[in-house]
Amino acid sequence: MKLLVCISKAPDTTSKIDFTDNNTKFNEAGVQYIVNPYDEWYALVRALELKETLGGSVTTITVGNAGDDAIIRKALAIGADDAVRINAEANDAYYTAFQIAEYAKAGGFDIVFTGKETINYNGSQVGGMIAEIMGLPYISLAEKLDMNGSTATINREMKGGIEVVEVNTPFVISAAKGMAEQRIPNMRGIMAARTKPLQVVEPVACDELTTFTSYSLPPAKSACKYVDADNVAELVNLLHTEAKVI
Amino acid sequence: MSVLVYIDTLGGNIAKNAMEAVTYGSKIGSTTVVTNGPISNDALASLGNYGASKVLVDRSITVNDSSQITNLIATAVESTGADTVIISLDLTGRAVASRVSARLKAGLAVGAIALPEGDGHIKVNVFSGKAYGHVKINTAKKIIALTPNSIPVETTGGSAAVEDFNGNAGASTVIVKEVKKQEGDVLLPEAELVVSGGRGLKGPENWGMVEDLAKVLGAATACSRPVADIGWRPHHEHVGQTGVAIRPNLYIAAGISGAIQHLAGVNGSKVIVVINTDPEAPFFKAADYGIVGDAFDVLPKLKAEIEKFKAQN
Ligand SMILES: Cc1cc2nc3c(=O)[nH]c(=O)nc-3n(C[C@H](O)[C@H](O)[C@H](O)COP(=O)(O)OP(=O)(O)OC[C@H]3O[C@@H](n4cnc5c(N)ncnc54)[C@H](O)[C@@H]3O)c2cc1C
Repeated sequence: MKLLVCISKAPDTTSKIDFTDNNTKFNEAGVQYIVNPYDEWYALVRALELKETLGGSVTTITVGNAGDDAIIRKALAIGADDAVRINAEANDAYYTAFQIAEYAKAGGFDIVFTGKETINYNGSQVGGMIAEIMGLPYISLAEKLDMNGSTATINREMKGGIEVVEVNTPFVISAAKGMAEQRIPNMRGIMAARTKPLQVVEPVACDELTTFTSYSLPPAKSACKYVDADNVAELVNLLHTEAKVI
Repeated sequence: MSVLVYIDTLGGNIAKNAMEAVTYGSKIGSTTVVTNGPISNDALASLGNYGASKVLVDRSITVNDSSQITNLIATAVESTGADTVIISLDLTGRAVASRVSARLKAGLAVGAIALPEGDGHIKVNVFSGKAYGHVKINTAKKIIALTPNSIPVETTGGSAAVEDFNGNAGASTVIVKEVKKQEGDVLLPEAELVVSGGRGLKGPENWGMVEDLAKVLGAATACSRPVADIGWRPHHEHVGQTGVAIRPNLYIAAGISGAIQHLAGVNGSKVIVVINTDPEAPFFKAADYGIVGDAFDVLPKLKAEIEKFKAQN
C-alpha cells in the first residue's frame, strides 16, 4: 500500500501563548515546536503499522519552510520511508490542502492520512479539503482502521457513539485518539532518519481564502471563590443564585 | 444578505447546536435551512421559531457521507443564491465544512464564537481556546463553522415553510455496518453540565460518585487523559487539548490537577468548580469556585445537597 501522511508542526502544549507586532503575529520566542500530536501519535503510527503488516511505503508531506525539517526528521525517525516538504508558509488551510492534493494526485496513494486537527489552529480543515479537491471519500475522526484488500473498515466518532463504516481506497482519513499507540523513536531510527530522502518541492499558485489579521487573549479569570468542604450547601446556593448555572 | 444554514438531523431530532446555528444565521440575513434527516415536517417547520424562513430537506441522504452532504449544500447554495453558509462545528460539521469550502472555493472561518465583527472579521477559537483569532474571509461567498454552545438560542415564534429538495447528492461513498450507541443519557460534546474525574479518584471502581452526581444534575461525565489512557473510562470522555474540547455552562472537576493540556479543553466553560485535596493544585487558578477537600467526601455531599435543592426548586 502507498500511504501518505500529512505532518504539521505545532507549538509544544506547554507553550506560553501571546502575540507580537500589534497582536498580528504569534510570539515564537522560546517556543518549542513538536509534531502535531494527532499526526504523530495516531495517523503516522497507524500508517506504519499497516505498512509493516501489508507491505508498501509511508511518505510524509508537510507544507512549511526549512525550519520544519526538524519535525519532519522526527517523523522519519519514527519510521516513515521518505518525506516531502512543499516549500511555503502554511497560512491558510485551503492553500495548504491545495498543495498537498496537487502532490498526492500524481502519487497514486491508497490512503491519505491527516490528524484530527492541529492543536494550534484547531481547524480540522485540511483533510476534508484534500478529499474534495481530489474527489475522494473522506472519513473524519476515525479511531480504528483495518484493511481487507482495498476495503477499509473504520470506526468513527458520530454524535452519540461510534459508527463502523466501510469505504474503498483511495480515500482520505483524519485520525483521532485510539487509532494507534504513540511510538518513541529509538537511536537506530534517529540515525537512519538523517539519510532518508527529504524532497523539497516548490508550491503551485493558489489563492489564500482566509487571513488571520489579528489575535487577542481571553480576559483574565477573576479569583477563585473558596467554599468550605463542610459547607457544600453554600456551593449549591452560589451556583444557583450567583453563577445561575443550576 | 442571503444565508444558508446546514444542520444535521440524521439523529431524527433538532439538537441544540442546530438551533444555535439557525439563530446565528438569522442575525446575519434572511435564512434558509438545508438538511437531510428522517425528521418530520412539523419538526422542521419549528426551525422558523429560531428565525428560518424556509427549510429544504433531501430525505434520500440516509447516511452521514461528507461527499453527499457537500453535494447537497452546494446545490442548495446555487438554488438559493446564498452568500453566507453557516455550519455548526459538531462532528458532522467538522467533516463537511471544509469540503464545502473547497467545493465553492469560499473562505471558511472555523470555530466562530461570536457574530461577525463590525469590519466583517470573524472571531474564532485558536490555540485550544487559549486565544482568539480574528479571521478575514477573502472571498465573496463566506462559510462560518460555529462552535457549539457559544451563542444563546433565541426564539421568534415563527414557523418555516418546508420543501422537499433534490440535493443531487449522488451515491454514498461509505457503507454503514454498525452503530454503537454511547451509554449514558447526556452526550458530552453538547452537555450544559459536566462532572469530571481525574487520577485523584484512584480507580474505576470509584466512578459511582461521579455518575451519581451527574445523574442528579442531568450532567454528562468526563475525565482527564491519564484516566482514559489507563482504561478507567472510555476514550470519548477524555477532555483536553488532545481530547474533546467542551464549553458547558458548568464544569465540576474532582481529583484533576489542572495541567495546561487539560485546561485547554475546558477553558471555554462558563463556570468551573474544582474539588482537590491539594490547595496548590493549578486548577484552582482557573476555577470560579473551589473546595479544598477530599473528593470521596465532597462528591457524595454535593449530590445530597443538589437533591435537596432540586426537591425545593
Ligand atoms: C502533549 C500532551 C497532551 C496532553 N493532553 C491532555 C489532555 O487532552 N487532557 C488531559 O487531561 N491531559 C492531557 N495531558 C496530560 C496532562 O499533562 C496531565 O498529566 C493530566 O491532565 C493529569 O491528569 P490528572 O489531573 O487526572 O492526574 P494528576 O496530575 O495525577 O492529578 C491528580 C489530582 O488529584 C488530586 N487528588 C488526589 N486525591 C484526591 C482526592 N481524594 N480528592 C480530591 N483530589 C485528589 C491531586 O491533588 C492531584 O491534583 C497531555 C500531556 C501532554 C504532554
